[in-house]
Amino acid sequence: MSDQSWPLWEVFIRTRNGLAHRHVGSVHAVDATMALHAARDTYTRRGEGLSVWVVPSASITASDPADKDMMFEPTASKIYRHPTFYEIPDEVGHM
Amino acid sequence: MYTQALNTQDSAPAAKSDPQADARFQARVDAEEKIEPNDAMPEAYRRTLTRQIAQHAHSEIVGMLPEGNWITRAPSLKRKAALLAKVQDEGGHGAYLYAAAETLGTSREQMEEQLLSGAAKYSSIFNYPTLTWADIGIVGWLVDGAAIMNQIPLCRCSYGPYARAMVRICKEESFHQRQGYEIMIALCKGTPAQKQMAQEALNRWWWPVLMMFGPPDKDSLHTESAMRWKIKRFTNDELRQKFIDATVPQGQFLDLTFPDPALKFDAGTQHWNYGDIDWTEFKRVVAGDGPCNRQRMKQMRAKHADNAWVREAANAYARKRQQRAAAMPIAAE
Repeated sequence: MSDQSWPLWEVFIRTRNGLAHRHVGSVHAVDATMALHAARDTYTRRGEGLSVWVVPSASITASDPADKDMMFEPTASKIYRHPTFYEIPDEVGHM
Repeated sequence: MYTQALNTQDSAPAAKSDPQADARFQARVDAEEKIEPNDAMPEAYRRTLTRQIAQHAHSEIVGMLPEGNWITRAPSLKRKAALLAKVQDEGGHGAYLYAAAETLGTSREQMEEQLLSGAAKYSSIFNYPTLTWADIGIVGWLVDGAAIMNQIPLCRCSYGPYARAMVRICKEESFHQRQGYEIMIALCKGTPAQKQMAQEALNRWWWPVLMMFGPPDKDSLHTESAMRWKIKRFTNDELRQKFIDATVPQGQFLDLTFPDPALKFDAGTQHWNYGDIDWTEFKRVVAGDGPCNRQRMKQMRAKHADNAWVREAANAYARKRQQRAAAMPIAAE
C-alpha cells in the first residue's frame, strides 16, 4: 500500500535520571531524526522520558531462543559465584 | 470486543502441526511463560494472534473517526484539548498494536492494505454515528469502559509483545473513560435538554456497546483455543456480565435509564440480569451493513490517498539527505 516500506527502529527510553534506557517498543521512520520524533510522539505523551534512543532494528543481533541452554545453562552449576556459597560464622555478623 | 469479528471460520488451509512441538508449546503456556517473537509457536497460534492484534489495531485507528468528528465542535477549550489528546492516544494505541503484530511476521503495510481492501475487520462499535456531543461522553464512558474490561485481562496474554502493549494502553485508557463520564455528569446535571440528550445517547449506544464483547459463548467459535492458549482469560459472556455489573450503578448515579426493561438485579447471584441482545443486528454490522460502515471505509481510503504525498515526501527527504551525506567527503577534498 505504501509504495516503500519505512525501516523499523527500536525505541529505548530513560524514564528517570540515574536509570538505564529501557526498551519500550518500535516505530517506522525513513531516517534517524524522524524516528526520534516519532518515538517522542508515540511513547512519551505523558512525560515518560528524559532521553530517547532509536536504533535500527536490523542492527540488533539477538541470541537464538533455541540456543538458550547452550548460552546460559553453564552458569547454573557455578554456585561459587554467589555470596551464599561461602560460610561465615554467625558471630562475625553481617558481611 | 475490538476483535469480535474473529468469530468466523479461518479459511486458510490447516497448517501442518507437529504434535510434539505443540505439546512443548502448550506446556510453556500452561506454566504461564510468556511467548516471545522468535520462540517456536504453532502456526494456528501465530495466525490467530496476528488477526486479533491487527483487528485491535484497526479498531483503534478507525475509532479516531467518530470522535474526531467532534473536535472542531467541542463545547469548550478544556473539552477540546481533552478530546484531541484522547484521539491522539487512539492513534498511539494503533501504533503500539501494529508494532506488536509485526513481530509475528506480517508487515504494517500488509495489515493496512487488508483494512483498506475490506479483508480485515475492526470493531462493530465504530460503525455507529456520533450524532450529538453526548455521544462523545458515551463513547468515553461506555465504549472505552467496555474496552478496558476486555483489555485488562489481555495484559496477561501469553504473547509478550501484545501483553506489554496492553499494559501501556490500559494506563492511558483510564483517562479516556473518566473524561467521558465527566461529560455525562455535566450533561446530566445541566438543563433538561442536556439531560435528555444524555439519555438519548445512552438509548442509542447501550445495545451496540454490549455487542462489543462478541457473540454469546455458545456461538463463539474460537473461545476454546483462545482460552487454552491463554490469549483470552475470560469468555465473552463473562466479560459482558462484569461490564454490566460495573456500569449499571454508574448509570444510576447519573439518574439515567438503561433501555432494557429486563435489566434487574439478582440478589442471589449478585449480578444484573439483562434482556436479549439482537444478534442479527450485530451480524449485519460486522458483515458491513451498519449505519456508517461505508462512510468509515470511504474516510479511511481517502485519508490514505490524501496522505500519500507525506509518505513520498519523507522518502524523498531521506534519499536527499543520504545523497548529501555521501557527497560530503568528496566536496571536502
